[in-house]
Amino acid sequence: MQQIIYFIRKFRYFLLFLLLEILAFTFIIQHHSYHKSKFVNSANSISGGIYNKTNSINEFFHLKTENERLIEENTALKNSLSIKNLSENQDSFKLNDSAQYGQKYEYTYAKIINNNYTNRNNTLTINKGIKQGITSDLGVINSKGIIGVTKSTSSNYTTVLSILNNNSKINVRLKNSNHFGTLVWDGKDYNILQLIDIPRQAQFKDGDTIITGGKSAIFPEGIKIGVIKNFKFENNQFQDINIQLFNDMSSIGYVQIVKNLERTEQLNLEKESLNE
Amino acid sequence: MNSLILNNSLRFIGLVLLQVLIFNHINLFGYLNPMVYIAWILLFPIRKNKSLFLILSFLLGLSIDFFSDSGGINAAATLAIAFIRLPILKMVLRKTDFDFLLFNLRAVSFSKAFIFIVILTIIHHFIVFSLEYFSLNSFYPIISNTILTSVFTIIIIILGIILFSKKK
Repeated sequence: MQQIIYFIRKFRYFLLFLLLEILAFTFIIQHHSYHKSKFVNSANSISGGIYNKTNSINEFFHLKTENERLIEENTALKNSLSIKNLSENQDSFKLNDSAQYGQKYEYTYAKIINNNYTNRNNTLTINKGIKQGITSDLGVINSKGIIGVTKSTSSNYTTVLSILNNNSKINVRLKNSNHFGTLVWDGKDYNILQLIDIPRQAQFKDGDTIITGGKSAIFPEGIKIGVIKNFKFENNQFQDINIQLFNDMSSIGYVQIVKNLERTEQLNLEKESLNE
Repeated sequence: MNSLILNNSLRFIGLVLLQVLIFNHINLFGYLNPMVYIAWILLFPIRKNKSLFLILSFLLGLSIDFFSDSGGINAAATLAIAFIRLPILKMVLRKTDFDFLLFNLRAVSFSKAFIFIVILTIIHHFIVFSLEYFSLNSFYPIISNTILTSVFTIIIIILGIILFSKKK
């Protein structure tokens, strides 16, 4: 017994070091598993509050670009509205069945108060949380493409798993055909992502547009993401398909959060058919 | 004694805020962000009681992690250099019994202080980037990131120490 006490006394600093190191590694591992990063994240009131304060100063310097982006989006929306009006006028015998107009997606806006894009695993913080109805696993987009998926929430802040993250895998497809692939990031350039798992019979060329696929229950189908920058075809396989994003990930201000109102329904159905 | 505690607490809070609000967003050449908060480890007075130092450096790393959403990466790396600080210092200074209480980084010769800062910074950065990438395939980006960021960090830390500390 005395020897044990002697041992502990002799190595007490090393044991303390070991204990704290194990604690740190527990946080790292928790952080890697998607839903468990409850403790160490910037969605708490202290860091969220500080980021919120500094962002309100920074925001002032980006008003011009933000306004330009809004004007662009407004023009695009007006254009699509006019196209829609045209088609509705032509089809004058439409039946107005209210059940067919069920809303599938609900959009909320939020402001990015902390943006990271230089690390291997990037996370963003936005200024809305549980009080505003944000939960985990909601899509985050802006007018030029997708940003990421919400991760941890606190009462007023939420962290977002950016698409510039090793753990982010987004289902996407080619705009001109229905071939699905997965969007990942190799950690090199923050405006260039990689497309993998695309079947080899897919046909595309440089400059083709990539949009979100309808397979995920998070993002609506058809959000434009970027264009194919270059690719190689080796060993009968597509290699290194680089996607140039429409978004500039280093300057994003306001974003929209997409809530899929039929998500539970879709997931339950998929689970049921998997069990059969 | 009280001014020592006050000084170190202010330095703790100041360096954390400086790191998360300014240095995390520098992005020199697109991706280099110096980690200057480890200056706190370098400047903390050396005493025989190490447990408080270990716990505080863990908390320092953890507060950086809270802001940058990195799990416990900075906590692990900061704790590691806090633990090996004394052995490295003894190795660099080649003295076994120097005056612990009166030790001041400005009091030793520049070349020795420089070697001390370089060794600890490189070890710290290597741990941070290995844990961040966490795969053997990305050996090259880990090494290049470590070296480039270390150079940047060391320059800023040395400039900061020269500017903001009194020479004895």
